[in-house]
Amino acid sequence: MARHGTLDLRIPSDVQQIEPVVAAVVRRCAELSLDARQLALNLPVALTEALSNAILRGNGEDGAKEVRVRVWITDLEVIVEVEDQGSGFDLEACTEDPTTPENLEREDGRGLFLMRALMDRVERFTGSGNVVRLTLRRPGHAA
Amino acid sequence: MSLHLSREKDIVIVEIEGQLIVSNRQELKQRVLDEAEGGARKILVDFARTGYIDSAGLGVLVSLAKRLRELGGDIRLANLNDDLQTLFELTKLDTLFQIADSRERALETF
Repeated sequence: MARHGTLDLRIPSDVQQIEPVVAAVVRRCAELSLDARQLALNLPVALTEALSNAILRGNGEDGAKEVRVRVWITDLEVIVEVEDQGSGFDLEACTEDPTTPENLEREDGRGLFLMRALMDRVERFTGSGNVVRLTLRRPGHAA
Repeated sequence: MSLHLSREKDIVIVEIEGQLIVSNRQELKQRVLDEAEGGARKILVDFARTGYIDSAGLGVLVSLAKRLRELGGDIRLANLNDDLQTLFELTKLDTLFQIADSRERALETF
């Protein structure tokens, strides 16, 4: 499977860094003709959620800790890994459905739900830090 | 993100330009709460120039709706593009907010 593009970025744990990083990833994917809806909705929203989790929950907004973002773009899919330096948090513990009547008016609790709804696969594992891997298949691209 | 506030009779119109996300949601919340503190009860948020919204941005809209309704008012939404409409449908927040396809229609509903 041909790989057409990669990115490897490191940012400090500051939520102000989210928007420029997302813009850089979207720009790179746009250069490689990712689907317009995926560029406008799926990728930016899911990546914002992953970065927000890494900065706020993973690294606890500790300015001494970094978040690493790696992106691989192939004919078939876009893979984004967001790695923090925190002690880890359990993605599976955050599975409450925010769309139920009792949760609908909650201010929080939609982040993981959106990542899962907008990506084809969301995985968490431990590398040199805590990694959330987002995978988005590209419609209409043959291997 | 930048916010532009204007008034049409007793309705405060809030235009959001750019992304509404975790890094700037507090600005929207404070501006709308300041308006409510000053007596505004009808808030219309116009998304015509909005990019994407994350869960934190959605959460602020929910929080503001609850506050406005407690005060006897409401917050209504207009001009969501297809992507934003999808976001509201996925989270079922389209059932919590009155959403109009234009500013004019939203103004008529108040």
